[in-house]
Amino acid sequence: MLNYLWGFMILTGMLWGAANNNLEAVTQGLLDSAAEAVTLSITMVGILSFWSGVLEVGSQSGLIEWLAEKMEPILNFLFPDLEKNHPARLPIAVNMVANMLGLGMAATPAGLEAMKLLQKDERKNNQASNAMCCFLIINISSLQLIPISMIAYRSQYGSADPTAVLGPALLATGCSTLTAVIFCKLMELRKAVAEK
Amino acid sequence: MIQWISRILVPLIVSYIIGFGILSRRPVFDDFLTGAKEGIRTTVNILPTLVGLMTAVGVLRSSGFLDTLSNWLSVPATWLHLPAPLIPLTLIRLISNSAAIGLVLDIFTRYGPDSPMGMAASVMMSSTETVFYCISVYFGSVHVTKTRYVLPGALLATAAGVVASIVIAFL
Repeated sequence: MLNYLWGFMILTGMLWGAANNNLEAVTQGLLDSAAEAVTLSITMVGILSFWSGVLEVGSQSGLIEWLAEKMEPILNFLFPDLEKNHPARLPIAVNMVANMLGLGMAATPAGLEAMKLLQKDERKNNQASNAMCCFLIINISSLQLIPISMIAYRSQYGSADPTAVLGPALLATGCSTLTAVIFCKLMELRKAVAEK
Repeated sequence: MIQWISRILVPLIVSYIIGFGILSRRPVFDDFLTGAKEGIRTTVNILPTLVGLMTAVGVLRSSGFLDTLSNWLSVPATWLHLPAPLIPLTLIRLISNSAAIGLVLDIFTRYGPDSPMGMAASVMMSSTETVFYCISVYFGSVHVTKTRYVLPGALLATAAGVVASIVIAFL
């Protein structure tokens, strides 16, 4: 899917630029974006490795395990295929807790770890399992309870009440996550029916 | 109160984790270094994806294609009661977080962060994720190419978030 999408994006941009006699800007955009990606990665490497380090301290001391245990009922509901002692449970729980707190940078390494461990169950190696699909969809539905960066931007742009976004954001996040959960459950059901 | 919580959240979590580690008699700095090393490896693994995707978006944007697409979509957008400035934001939000933030700040400048438009943009950013970026990073890291129902599910959840943002902000 991504192979086509990526190819489509590049080719459309090039052709569109050529058709509008705009190729110089396209070349400039290409160079700028490539450089921006590297700059972003350099900024990320500091934050990401700091959070990974802090998370490692938390996981070695047993704190994260304790937190993940609290998530157990939610995980049982969302991932019925996952055995009780599956190694992916811990990073999934960590990823969700970090996402809720708005610590995106802490959530990503745990999420990638969870994907790697879920992948080991799959015999068809390039196909996503139910648990992988559900995990990713719920992740994308946004679990964030406190949009810290948005509050910061609002206050920077002279908002009289930057934190006014909290309540509406909570409500909207609830809507998107609920939709995601219902969708995943329906897909699971469909697969279960198809296998019968 | 909530502002205060936002301000202390990160220091609180960091010191809680480190404090807990010290009380559990862990070599906290050694543990930190192990994790930090892993974090650097993760970033390096993501970099090629990031370069590929951001470049593609950059090409699309600089060719003028994204603007034209927004113009085409402005007619169905009025049927859906989607305010015009939110169309490019909704589209870009699917692909790039930093580009979406750029558009949000543009909306803040033009309409003000406390206007319904500014509020809708803020809520939208808080209740959605960068769909294509997430799928490519998460599935790319484990070389999954058959993504099954992830894309429709993710787009549906995002649509729910967008609709909720607009309804809440403009009601």
